[in-house]
Amino acid sequence: MMRQGRKGFGKCREGLPLPDNGTVPLSMLKPGEQGVVSKILCGRNLLCRMTSLGFTPGAQVTMIQNYGHGPLIAQVRGARVALGRGEASRVQVIRNA
Amino acid sequence: MNEQGRGSQSADRNPLVALAGQPNVGKSTVFNLLTGLNQHVGNWPGKTVERKEGTFTCDGTTYRLVDLPGTYSLTANSPEELVAREFIIRERPDVVVALVDAAILERSLYLVAELVALPAPVIVGLNMMDVAQQEGMQIDPQKLEATLGVRVVPMSASHNVGVRELVEAIGQAARGDYIYTPKRPEIRADHAEVLAEITRLVTEWVPQPYPPDWVALKLLEGDEEITRLMQAHLPAERWEAVHDILKAHEDALVAVASGRYEWIGQAIRAAVTRPRTGQIGLTERLDRWATHPLGGLVILAAILGLTFWLTYTVGTPALNLLDTYVIHPLADLARTVLEPFSPWLAGLVADGVIGGAGFILTFLPILVIFFAVMGVLEDVGYMARAAYVMDRFMHPMGLHGKSFLPLFLGFGCNVPAVLGTRVIESRRARLLTALLVPLVPCTARMTVVAFLAPAFFGPAATLVSWGVVLLALSVLAVSGVLISKIVFRGERAAFIMELPLYHLPNPRTIGLLVWQRTLEFVRKAGTVILPVSVVVWALSALPGGGVESSYLATVGRWLEPAGRLLGLDWRLVVALLTSFVAKENSIATLGVLLGTGEGGLAQRLAATYPAATGLAFLAVQVLFIPCVATVAAMRQEVGWRGMLFNLGLQTAVSLAVGMTVYWLARLGGLG
Repeated sequence: MMRQGRKGFGKCREGLPLPDNGTVPLSMLKPGEQGVVSKILCGRNLLCRMTSLGFTPGAQVTMIQNYGHGPLIAQVRGARVALGRGEASRVQVIRNA
Repeated sequence: MNEQGRGSQSADRNPLVALAGQPNVGKSTVFNLLTGLNQHVGNWPGKTVERKEGTFTCDGTTYRLVDLPGTYSLTANSPEELVAREFIIRERPDVVVALVDAAILERSLYLVAELVALPAPVIVGLNMMDVAQQEGMQIDPQKLEATLGVRVVPMSASHNVGVRELVEAIGQAARGDYIYTPKRPEIRADHAEVLAEITRLVTEWVPQPYPPDWVALKLLEGDEEITRLMQAHLPAERWEAVHDILKAHEDALVAVASGRYEWIGQAIRAAVTRPRTGQIGLTERLDRWATHPLGGLVILAAILGLTFWLTYTVGTPALNLLDTYVIHPLADLARTVLEPFSPWLAGLVADGVIGGAGFILTFLPILVIFFAVMGVLEDVGYMARAAYVMDRFMHPMGLHGKSFLPLFLGFGCNVPAVLGTRVIESRRARLLTALLVPLVPCTARMTVVAFLAPAFFGPAATLVSWGVVLLALSVLAVSGVLISKIVFRGERAAFIMELPLYHLPNPRTIGLLVWQRTLEFVRKAGTVILPVSVVVWALSALPGGGVESSYLATVGRWLEPAGRLLGLDWRLVVALLTSFVAKENSIATLGVLLGTGEGGLAQRLAATYPAATGLAFLAVQVLFIPCVATVAAMRQEVGWRGMLFNLGLQTAVSLAVGMTVYWLARLGGLG
C-alpha cells in the first residue's frame, strides 16, 4: 500500500524511500531545503570521502548555501561540508516535503 | 596534570599509546597537554607524512604517545590513512585513544567504527563536551559506553577538563585492567551473507599480523592495498572465487559504511538528547560573510593585508635590528680577530659563514610571524573558509582553494610560502603548489625591480614594475595549467571538505607549532644555506684580486654567450648568479662590478646598458631560480626531485621569457 507524502513523493510501507522517484542532485537544493540521500554516483575514491564525511543513503542533508554556481555548503550528520558543484551533483537526494 | 618527569623509568616496559581522531577534534590540544615539550616531530619512514611522538609520565610509568595523522576513515586512499592503520596493526599499541567531537558526535564516531575493528583496545575521548552543552545537547557518557562496549571519557581538553581521567583510563588499559568487550559494527543486513562467505574463503590465508575479519571487510570495501595483499597470498583458484564475488558486489562499500552508521545511530539514540535544529550558532552567523562569494573575498583580502602589514611593521624592523646589532658586529669581530692571522680565513668566517648563518637568522622574524598567523587562522577554523572562497579561481590550474594562501604569501617571501604548502592534504596539489610558489615575485625580487626600473625607465618605472609582476603571474598561471595537464595528466582531487566550527585559538598549540616549525627550518635550511653561502663567497673571492678576476667572474664570462641572447653581458650574468644567495645581491654585485656606490649605480646602469637589456634583465630576475633559502625549503617540502625540477623549470622559463622580452623590446625600438 502506498502512502502519499506531500508533493507526491511516495513512501512504501517499510518507510524506505522509493528508488529514483523524484530524486534531484544535491546541487539543486536551495538554501534551507532538506533532503535524504538516496544514491551516490561516483568513483570509489570520491565515494569513500563522501561516506566518511557523512553522505550515505538515508542520511538527512540540509542545504546551507547554494548560489547556483560555484561550490556549495551542506549540513550532514551535524557537520558542515563544502562541496564542488560537480561533486554535489553526483549525490542524488529525495527532497523533504 | 601529573608530573612529566624525565628521570628514572619504571621497571616495566613503556606502554605504547596511539592517539587517533578525525581532523578538528582537538587531537593536537590533547597531545600537547599530555606531552608538553617532551615531543619530537619527524616523518613516518619513507613517507612525507608528519609523525609526532612524545612521552608522559603518570604514577611512575612513562608512556609513549604517538599522534596518528588525523583522518576521517582508514581507507587505502591516502598515505595518512595507511600510516595510521599500519601503525595499529603492526606496532600493536597497548591502547588506542580515539578522540571524538561531542558536538558532531554522529559523524565523529565513524573513525571509531573503523578503529574497533582493529586489534588494539580502544578508549573513546569524548572531547568538546563544553561546545556540545552550548549547542543544547545532552550526552550521557555512560549510556554511550554501555552501547558501544568501549570506555568513554568525557572531556573538554581546551579547558583541561577530563584529561586526568583519560590518563587514568590509559593507565588502566596499559596494566591490563581494561575489560575490552566492544560491540563491533556489522555490515548492512543485505550483505551479511556475502561478508561471511568472503571471510570463510580467505581466513586461513591472511598473513600476520592482519586480522582476518578486518581483511574480509576491507576486501568488500574494495580496499586497494588489501586487495593487492590477498591477491598475492591466496592460491590462484581461491583468488578467482573471491574476485568473482567482489565483482558481483561492487557496491558493497556503501553497505559497509551504512553498517557503521547504523552502529553509530544505535549509540546516538541511546545516549544523546538532540539539540534544537535550525539553531543559528556563531559559526553560521560568521559564515554568512566568510563564505559569501563577494564578502568572503573582501574578508580574505583584509586578513591577508593584515598579515603583510604585521610583517612589515614588526618583521622588517626586527630583521634590521638583528642585522645591525647582531650580524654585522659579529662579522666585524671575526674579521678583526682573524685578519692578523689569515685574511682569507677572516673573509671566509666573516662573509661566508657569519654572512651565511646570519642570513638564516634574518628570516626568523618573518617566518615566526607567518607561522603564527597561519597557525591562528588554521586553529580558529578560518583556513577552510579561505580555501572555499578561492577554490573556483584555482580550478584552471588544477589546484584547489587550499593552494591559494601559500601562493599569495609568496608575495611577501617565498620561504614561508613553500613551507606553508604543508597544510595541503593532497600530495599532488601540495607538490604543484610548492613548484609554483617561486614564480610569485617576492619582496626581495621586487626590491631589485624597484631599484632597476627607475634607472632604466625613469617615470615609466611604475608601469614597468606592474608589467613585470603581471608577467610573472601569467607565467605562473600558464605553468600551473601546463604542469597540471602534462605531469599530472589533468587529474584533480575532488573538492569536498569539512568546514569546522569556529573556536578560540589555543595559544599553547600555536606556540608549540611555531617553535617546532621554525626550529625545523633553521636546522634543515642551515644544512643547505650555510655551505652554499660559503661556496659562493669562495668563488667570488678566489683566486684573489677582487671580484673582477674571481672564479665567479670567470664563470660569468664563460656564460656570456648565452647571456648575449638576452642582451646580458658577463656582469649582468654574474649579478644574476649571485642573486642565488639572496635576491638583493644582484644590486650589490653590480655595484662592485660597475665600480660605483649606489647613488651613482643607477646612472651608470642606464649609461652602460640599453633599455631592452634592462627590461630583459628585470624579466629574468623576477623569474629566475629562487634564493637558496627557498631552494632549501623546497628540498624540505618536496624532496630533491621536486627541487631539481623547479630549478630546471625556472631556468628554462626565465631564459625563454627573457629572450622574448629582449627581442620584442628591440623590435619595439628600445634597443
